[in-house]
Amino acid sequence: MKVTIIDYGLSNLLSVQHAFAHFGAKTLLTSKPEDVLAADALVLPGVGAFQDGMAGLEKLGLVEPIRQKAAAGTPLLGICLGMQMLFDESEEFGLHKGLGLIPGRVVKIPDTDADGCPQRVPHISWNPLYPGGSRADFGGTVLAAVQPGEECYFIHSYEAKPTDETDCLAFTVYGGRRICAAATHGSVLGCQFHPEKSGEVGLKIIEEFMKSADR
Amino acid sequence: MLKKIRLIARLDVKDTNLVKGIQLEGLRKLGDPNAFAKEYYEQGIDELLYIDIVASLYNRNNLSDIVRKTVDDVYIPVCVGGGLRSVEDVRHILAMGADKVAINTAAIKRPELITEVAEAFGSQCMVLSIQAKRSRTWPGKWEAYYDNGRAHSGYDVVEWAKRGVALGAGEILLTSVDNEGLQQGMDLELIEAVTKAVNVPVICGGGVGCGDDIVDAANAGADAVACAAVLHYKKENVQELKDDIRAGGVEVRRV
Repeated sequence: MKVTIIDYGLSNLLSVQHAFAHFGAKTLLTSKPEDVLAADALVLPGVGAFQDGMAGLEKLGLVEPIRQKAAAGTPLLGICLGMQMLFDESEEFGLHKGLGLIPGRVVKIPDTDADGCPQRVPHISWNPLYPGGSRADFGGTVLAAVQPGEECYFIHSYEAKPTDETDCLAFTVYGGRRICAAATHGSVLGCQFHPEKSGEVGLKIIEEFMKSADR
Repeated sequence: MLKKIRLIARLDVKDTNLVKGIQLEGLRKLGDPNAFAKEYYEQGIDELLYIDIVASLYNRNNLSDIVRKTVDDVYIPVCVGGGLRSVEDVRHILAMGADKVAINTAAIKRPELITEVAEAFGSQCMVLSIQAKRSRTWPGKWEAYYDNGRAHSGYDVVEWAKRGVALGAGEILLTSVDNEGLQQGMDLELIEAVTKAVNVPVICGGGVGCGDDIVDAANAGADAVACAAVLHYKKENVQELKDDIRAGGVEVRRV
């Protein structure tokens, strides 16, 4: 199968490519709207600032094509900033509109923990995934192969807050508070952690995403 | 809340060889850095840190090929440092598969570079590397060194760390030059002084000889610990170190 990785100038795409290639997928790195519209499965990676990410997508004319594909049910995986851009809006450096594919907003991680003690931001850590949105486990989702408690690599200063609790597929805990680790809405999936940098656990998620795109 | 740390393997590279010295001097060649990286990945290391240790002397970073080869089959974060002087240098090494860059010399010479890199790629990508040596002239303080511990900057380490964060650094790599390579424990006073002064994660390195040293560093405030000699000379493997860290009451990723 072919996985189309959206390149808008903001990230280490090589690792994302390698992770899909690990399972025999062909990958296409592209900045072109026509490639996005023709995709079987889409990946929106990204690091850096929200407004720069959205500006990059807008400049390349990719916002509408991505929305069209999501509406048509094409599997779409957003990673880190790519996950945050799936939401309605972000508070990073002022209020900025996102892709609006998952209802909710992106807010700064508080600089104190649940006990009021100072905590590190950015949050950089291998942290466990637990089933969110009242799920008992990850069965039937893209995280199906993950055992609750298995750890993935997080590096972020902002966190997404889905409006609808059931859109939170997985959560993790930082400083005694829950953080949405993965969000899903229709065919759209966002991971706050980096599956391509999360060892064997991350690879299982990549593999499952590919399977879901093949079905 | 149980303290949790990241365990990082530091791989100092000269030309195409993994090297290790003591207090950054007297380098020994140890072999192919990619082979070491792969082995540590399979043992469950949390992150890799590559430093081209002669790069800043020659104004270039030689690690492109090594990093590119690493990310072929190693799926954990990779941080790269040594000789990176501009946004373009950073863009290039990120395109080769690095996730973050550690910058020391160029940031001391031109601190605005910290802001430029943070604005271009995000703060999480900009790791300020500080080589700290206990100062003879300022009692109880440390001075920041550069050019792999050869040149002194006149900067107080704690003040420089705070300034670096204000300029946009999202993480600090703090190496004790005094303790580096000795495997006799870390400079805990240094770790405490810097981790209390900043609110971003601090990777601490220099002096790890066993799991207990890592526990001490975590309790002094370290968010991540970088190890080299203890792993390179096979005194302990990653799994043994992690078992000892947990036995000491500090959490670390389970594999």
